[in-house]
Amino acid sequence: MRIITARRISQIFFLLLFVWFCLVTTLGDRWWQLRGWSVNWLIELDPLVGLGTILTTRTLYKGLVWGLVTISLTLLLGRFFCGWICPFGTIHQFIGYLGKRSRSVAQRLSLNRYHRWQAIKYWILIFLLASASLDLVFDLLYLPQNASRVFAGIIALVLVISLIIVWRQSFRAVISIFVAAGVWMVIGLGGQPPSFFSASLQIGLLDPLPLLYRSINLVVLPIVGGGFREISPALRYYDGIGLIGLIFLLAVFLNLKIPRFYCRFICPLGALLGVLSRYAIWRIGKADDACRDCQLCEQHCDGACAPTSKVRFSECVLCFNCMDSCRHGLIGYRSAPSAAGEITGPDVTKREFTIACLSGLAAIPAMRLNGHLAANWIPTLIRPPGALAEKEFLARCIKCGQCMRICPTNILHPTGLASGIEGLWTPAANFRIGSSGCQLKCIACGNVCPTAAIRPISLDERLGQKRFERHGPIRIGTAFVDRGRCLPWAMDKPCIVCQENCPVSPKAIFTRVSFNTVIDSHMLTIRFAAADQIEFDGTPFQDWRLDTGDYFLAGPDTQDYQRWAIQRHTANRLWIRPNLQQARLPVSENQVAIQIRLQRPFVEPNRCIGCGVCEHECPVRGKRAIRVTAENESRHRDRQLLLQS
Amino acid sequence: MTNDPKPSDLNRRQFIIRSTKAGAALAATWAVGYGLYDTVGPSSQAVRQTSVSLADFSVSGQQPRMCVARGADRKKSLAYALKAVGGLESYIKSGDRVLLKVNAAFATPPMLSATTHPILVTELCRRCFQAGAANVIVTDNPINDPTSCFTLTGIAEAARSAGAELIVPRQQSFRPITVPNARLIRDWPLLYEPFRQVNKVIGITPVKDHHRSGASMVMKNWYGLLGGRRNIFHQEVHTIIKELAMMVRPTLVILDGTTTMMRNGPTGGSLSDLKSTNTMIVSTDQVAADAFGATLLGKNLSDLPFIAQAQEAGIGTADYQSLNPQMVDIS
Repeated sequence: MRIITARRISQIFFLLLFVWFCLVTTLGDRWWQLRGWSVNWLIELDPLVGLGTILTTRTLYKGLVWGLVTISLTLLLGRFFCGWICPFGTIHQFIGYLGKRSRSVAQRLSLNRYHRWQAIKYWILIFLLASASLDLVFDLLYLPQNASRVFAGIIALVLVISLIIVWRQSFRAVISIFVAAGVWMVIGLGGQPPSFFSASLQIGLLDPLPLLYRSINLVVLPIVGGGFREISPALRYYDGIGLIGLIFLLAVFLNLKIPRFYCRFICPLGALLGVLSRYAIWRIGKADDACRDCQLCEQHCDGACAPTSKVRFSECVLCFNCMDSCRHGLIGYRSAPSAAGEITGPDVTKREFTIACLSGLAAIPAMRLNGHLAANWIPTLIRPPGALAEKEFLARCIKCGQCMRICPTNILHPTGLASGIEGLWTPAANFRIGSSGCQLKCIACGNVCPTAAIRPISLDERLGQKRFERHGPIRIGTAFVDRGRCLPWAMDKPCIVCQENCPVSPKAIFTRVSFNTVIDSHMLTIRFAAADQIEFDGTPFQDWRLDTGDYFLAGPDTQDYQRWAIQRHTANRLWIRPNLQQARLPVSENQVAIQIRLQRPFVEPNRCIGCGVCEHECPVRGKRAIRVTAENESRHRDRQLLLQS
Repeated sequence: MTNDPKPSDLNRRQFIIRSTKAGAALAATWAVGYGLYDTVGPSSQAVRQTSVSLADFSVSGQQPRMCVARGADRKKSLAYALKAVGGLESYIKSGDRVLLKVNAAFATPPMLSATTHPILVTELCRRCFQAGAANVIVTDNPINDPTSCFTLTGIAEAARSAGAELIVPRQQSFRPITVPNARLIRDWPLLYEPFRQVNKVIGITPVKDHHRSGASMVMKNWYGLLGGRRNIFHQEVHTIIKELAMMVRPTLVILDGTTTMMRNGPTGGSLSDLKSTNTMIVSTDQVAADAFGATLLGKNLSDLPFIAQAQEAGIGTADYQSLNPQMVDIS
């Protein structure tokens, strides 16, 4: 078997596996639904996710340990992941193949020539990792005050090194070392960074696996899957999807212009693996420099890594097309370096590295000076149950959209720019879309989340049962009645759909009855009254429907109003119950009115968990008359609304 | 014959070097991965700072004392009242570091009596230094913008002119505190920075009406030591005032009733809200001071439940008469 056949089989296998994982990320207990399928496996294999979360949290969460396997193999083999596994890479390679099919050999050769701008992906990688490592940077910077002994040790080491350098007579280096140590000491002893200076995980924006999961889950599947009831019984909607779709289409169709455009120029994971392939034991190269220079091998080179000249191994995606094309058997995958020479490291200058690094660090205050992590937090951003406090949440979320895909009610959506660039495409609930609110007995999102940005909570914890009783249920917000829009409050219409649907027990929405006068006494003059019916002058009820059971005839009693339920009516006559006791109807004064009985909803905030079922069901369909905001959510005490009683 | 290595030897050497590096990188990767491996996931709560606690700043071995001086001149009243409780020297010793917790809650001029009068601040600082204090710190965590508050109330200038240090709270100034037996002040941010450096605490504040709690006096003044979203405690304002009094055991409290804000408290905003009551209360018992202050507002104990609650918590006595307060008339 040719090696490229093996590669194609592997690529197809992993692409199908990926699609399968997307399909089975559906809540249910059928064999093709989520019942133990390790749907995150490809994300977990992605070492950039592991590395990013290590930098922001200093832990390697559960399955992300698979990234170590990828790293290990890359250290030995090179970027096999890009050429053999990555499903996004497979898509690129295929579309790229379509794009270059009709081109001449000369055109193909020029398309596949190494381009200086392939360094951009390294800049992106450095930028993203720098912003993820801010906590580490500050820990180092403040070492003098936080761990003065360690700092003293380092200073001692610096002195020794300086002496060695002095001995070798390079005074300039010594001066720079001393200046650096001095600056470190001054800053490190000088104070504390403002609180918005903490790491931010933004790798998910461009990391190919989260990007692909997000695009397929939220854009492709809802379009394609709309026709298949098995995939989702109801149409899935995702708010703020435009940009995700656009980027996906752009990434895919740019391959028609330049094959593997994304892999070559953008992909931060490819860049990471490129760096790691530096010491790879086996690598692509020429066995003999004296080849005929036909360059045919480069016409299908997917990585644009120049196998005919000095091969850039950090760009090589191990597609093996060059080896397959060489008719002379001169190109091989061997432990010896290429006879034509090789360039192992990425093409990034010190200056580029520094700029990318510093901009990555500087991006954080630029994103956070909006105060979204401080007093200016966004009340409409309802995070799913089990989500960590916002700062910790953003240190883990890779925007992969798995929670939004698994959410059975389709309430989780990728946030647009509402929560700033930093919160782009992170999950937040929208109770207008979807089939209900956040289901009381559902913990799917936290258990599918690959990075524990949403913790894998148990039902007991969610509902505040058993050993979690002391904590109470997890609240994701609080419902507020908008009395200017609520039918019983603003429009004298009975409703209380919200109260009926409140799933919490005892209910978090209760009602108080009030009778509102809808036809005033001065409009009504009694003509005569019998035991069960009363006739009025004129046609006061012509435009009314008073027989709905909610309307009452009311007359002033000595203490309070006396009321009779209206059974049926004509334009000027009412049938009422209970029957009239002549003495109690103030016929002579004509002081009767028509009233409607309303149950008006109130929220008991100590019980409300913010599930949004009320908001979802509210019949005021535009801007709902009862809405959940993040007030009182349990994940951070800054959100506390009430003192615990 | 040359001694140059053959290409294959060179390759072998390179191969060995590369393999060693790859092996080292592999080992490092797995070591880091193993060290950071986490099967449990994060806990439900964000990482908290360690709690702090406050010392008892009262002078031990003294009977509780109180004095009420009547007069329109703050300086004079303070002088007489302090003398009557044994002189400031019996509370502030040489080398003491003193914290003055003023009320600088609002960015309003001293004339409106919503904040501690600057003349009192200067005078008290001066007397502390006279008594031998090594350092005097003036602080508050105001409701309005801190810098504006300290400037407009005249307190910043008062502290500076007396040689005291003004601490304007920053985010880093706060540390969580849990008051023993308290229900509300649990793991709550406290303006701790000034407390690091002091061994005596004096509370000094005007008598004011307060729409929610009935009165803002000595005990309520400690509210300005809290940080965070402290106004949620307004849901149980009497409990929080009691707990604040449990939190701070001051050396001395000074309640300035020279002018009393009778209505629209705690901000006031109009001279018509004010009334000359010409009283200066100095006490070691904060509950007794507030109980007397209530009379200036024309309120009794049933109007101000926090006073009885504080007495019940053993902080002091609401029956100020039992302290035999000295009444000094200086007009």
